[in-house]
Amino acid sequence: MSGPEPLAGRAADNLRYIRQAMERSATFTSIPGAGGAVMGVVALAAAYVAANQPSPERWLATWLAAAAIAAAVGFIAMARKARRIGVTLTGGSARRFALGMAAPFVAGAAITYELWTVGHYTVMAPAWLLLYGTGVLTGGIFSVPVVRAIGVCFMALGVAAIVTPPAWGNAWLALGFGGLQVVFGIYIARYHGG
Amino acid sequence: MARTNAARRLTLDARSKVPVDSKSGEIATNLDRLLHDRMRLGIVSALAAGDERSFTDLKEALHATDGNLSVHARKLEEAGYVACNKTFAGRTPRTDYRLTASGRRAFEKYLDHMDALIKAARRV
Repeated sequence: MSGPEPLAGRAADNLRYIRQAMERSATFTSIPGAGGAVMGVVALAAAYVAANQPSPERWLATWLAAAAIAAAVGFIAMARKARRIGVTLTGGSARRFALGMAAPFVAGAAITYELWTVGHYTVMAPAWLLLYGTGVLTGGIFSVPVVRAIGVCFMALGVAAIVTPPAWGNAWLALGFGGLQVVFGIYIARYHGG
Repeated sequence: MARTNAARRLTLDARSKVPVDSKSGEIATNLDRLLHDRMRLGIVSALAAGDERSFTDLKEALHATDGNLSVHARKLEEAGYVACNKTFAGRTPRTDYRLTASGRRAFEKYLDHMDALIKAARRV
């Protein structure tokens, strides 16, 4: 005869099991599609404005401002999508995703700082594309496969930016942060729930 | 009709193993027997955590074998808790599962039951 205690124990055990199964299954799915497309539009606008700046310092400032706006858009869109599909942004998969993505981003920020101090602005475009791509690729290991594909595309553009004339840098940035994000943003919105 | 019969047969099969208890017995017998199986509960939980999961994803998440997973997924499908979508990615067949509305309701009900069992034990 099983009393209420063993039954409750089993219930608690079941709940733990459910939680585990959900956590393990939850690849990070809160990649914002529409939000990503908006980030792309921000980047396209930034590319246009940046190309018309009189100095490389102001070109850099334009892109940094755009990055801040895009990051805010991305984060808000991510939080909204997470809430809509009923997942947290603090769960295991979200944390792994964030960590995988954050490491190359920190490297990118540090390298940008150093390039700014020595005045090597033309290295920035390929560095940003390569490191952003790396971040999306490593973060994407904990997400749906298309995210990894985005990372690879960014890295390919980074390599293209290296082998082409430095003056093309801004155009590669427009193609990557603008074009790729708009196209994949629409794809994710269409096939991965918004 | 066939689906309903299959679901009923499952429910009856499982009922023979129901633990009966004087205090929380009623709660225990009202449990969804279809979900009271570990693997099936795992599948539904894993699907409840996201939108769609491939057979491979589920297998990894639940540390299940192909046979075990497909048998239990089939039962959930027959009961209408899970919908399955078979496609081809190139030449490799791919099976995606998602939770149906009734599957989600059953899952939520099951969680409520677990909650009630734990609360009942605390009152003793």
